[in-house]
Amino acid sequence: MAVKLTPVVIALTMLLLAGCGKSVDPNQPAGFVQIKGSDTIVNAVQKVSEEFMKDYPYVFVAVTGGGTGVGIASLISKTCDVASASREMKPKEIQIANKRGVFPEEFVVAYDGIAVIVNKDNPVHKLTIGDLHKIFTGKTTNWKEFGGKDLRIVTLSREVSSGTHMYFKEEVIQLGQKNSTEEFSAQTLLLTSSQAIVEEVVTNETAIGYLGMGYLSERIKALLLAKDEQFYLPDVENVIKKTYPLSRPLYLYTDGQPKGATKLFIDFALSPKGQQQFKETGFVPVGATVAQKDQ
Amino acid sequence: MHRRISEYVVESLIKLSGLLVIILIFLLFLFLLKDSLSLFGIYPLGKFLFGMHWLPISEPPRFGVVPLFLGSLYVTVGAIIICVPVGIASAMFIAEVAPKSLKHVLKSLVEILASIPSVVLGFIGIIWLGPALRNALGLTTGMCGLTGSLLLAFMALPTIITIAEDALVSVPRSYKEAAFGLGATRWQTLWRVILPSASSGIIAGVMLGIGRVIGETMVAMMVTGNSPVVPKSILAPLRTLTATIAGEMGEAVSGSEHYFALFAVGLVLFVITFIINFIADAFLRRARK
Repeated sequence: MAVKLTPVVIALTMLLLAGCGKSVDPNQPAGFVQIKGSDTIVNAVQKVSEEFMKDYPYVFVAVTGGGTGVGIASLISKTCDVASASREMKPKEIQIANKRGVFPEEFVVAYDGIAVIVNKDNPVHKLTIGDLHKIFTGKTTNWKEFGGKDLRIVTLSREVSSGTHMYFKEEVIQLGQKNSTEEFSAQTLLLTSSQAIVEEVVTNETAIGYLGMGYLSERIKALLLAKDEQFYLPDVENVIKKTYPLSRPLYLYTDGQPKGATKLFIDFALSPKGQQQFKETGFVPVGATVAQKDQ
Repeated sequence: MHRRISEYVVESLIKLSGLLVIILIFLLFLFLLKDSLSLFGIYPLGKFLFGMHWLPISEPPRFGVVPLFLGSLYVTVGAIIICVPVGIASAMFIAEVAPKSLKHVLKSLVEILASIPSVVLGFIGIIWLGPALRNALGLTTGMCGLTGSLLLAFMALPTIITIAEDALVSVPRSYKEAAFGLGATRWQTLWRVILPSASSGIIAGVMLGIGRVIGETMVAMMVTGNSPVVPKSILAPLRTLTATIAGEMGEAVSGSEHYFALFAVGLVLFVITFIINFIADAFLRRARK
């Protein structure tokens, strides 16, 4: 048996090695960039990296999601080059990073609105932040209160590793007050991805969830939101004008000033070509002035 | 002489493999214990074991394992109630009742069942089973303990059926012949003679099935809703021990309080499976006597 297998093993080894043998043009940059983090922008970052690899064929970029927390944890433990994030790093995280010799550098790459979504059969089409607070903390549990049907509300959230979860908690659950001790209602379902929230909302008339604007589609209904009186739809225009109450920047983090292939990638993401990819995936590109300031 | 040396080498290698298993389990336990103990330096043990709230990213964080433990318990008990009778009945049918041609088909189908990836079952749970249960039982959401129990029962079935069937088949032919000789019917023989004499093997299969259910992560994480609440019933959303570790490990910075808390959850899980195996072993020994 061993004798028979030998040619197969040799062939397989050669196949495996074939990829490594790719000749590198010495005049072109080469390298490997590992990006981990936010689920919200994973599709956008993936598109940016595809375009990037067309321009720099010898730089390989790998993109994975999992949530902002995952990206930041990986950056701190040095298992990725770039962490994508849908929230700022917490002072506590920066402190832990510094202790381990990692000095995070922040780049704002796009802006995003957090859409609150319900089933298409739900007659409710607008809520205030105060209403959302009551719903997600479990103080109000029936759609009747907001002009809907007499049905119990099912609240959906992302897992605690999600930056969107953190942002939503700060802005809606704690209403922007840092020392607030309010929590998500314990009944809240914690789902592992934005897509899982979409699926539950599509099939469940009583569900309400939140996600990045990039995940909006025909299958679900985004609510109009208001901080005070005026209601706004989560769209690019309202996020740029900052009239939509739940909008936030999206970040890329590197360990120290980026160098080599990582620097090329960050520069590309902030270039008009890179920004175009964010726009196409449903996010709001940063203005040219902001991009320059960050560099 | 040559043969003696080779025999000695083989014998020592086998001894070494046996020892290796013991050492590995011991090291695993030590490893879990070390990181869990780091938690109890900063977070009181009593609050961990009896705390009713799991709020890992709040300020200050709370790591109460009770809701997670109950979540795992509900899902597991639900799955056992469903899969044990069905599994043993299927095994009895395949081993004793089914005609030969059907037997082969069923056996290979059970094997195929075993090879379905858990993530696929989870997907079916989200898209189809959850909404179907919600409509059928009038629940507010289909992401609940029962959905998890049903899918996990489905995952444990092949293990239980295969091992129980093996146990039933290996009951000596003479037992059956003696029963028939005494005028017992086919049902009486199966129920009163074959089943009791195969009981130790069947219990082993059931215990392995339970082990599979309690340790399964993907399905639990995808379909049970993951609400860290003390579950009122199996029809409510709940969060299991395994799903908590899988869902939160990625974001817990190694060396943080949260990270150690997840190790402590792992230790709880390890202790539970250890107890289950211990009970199974005791049963097996009693059955042999």
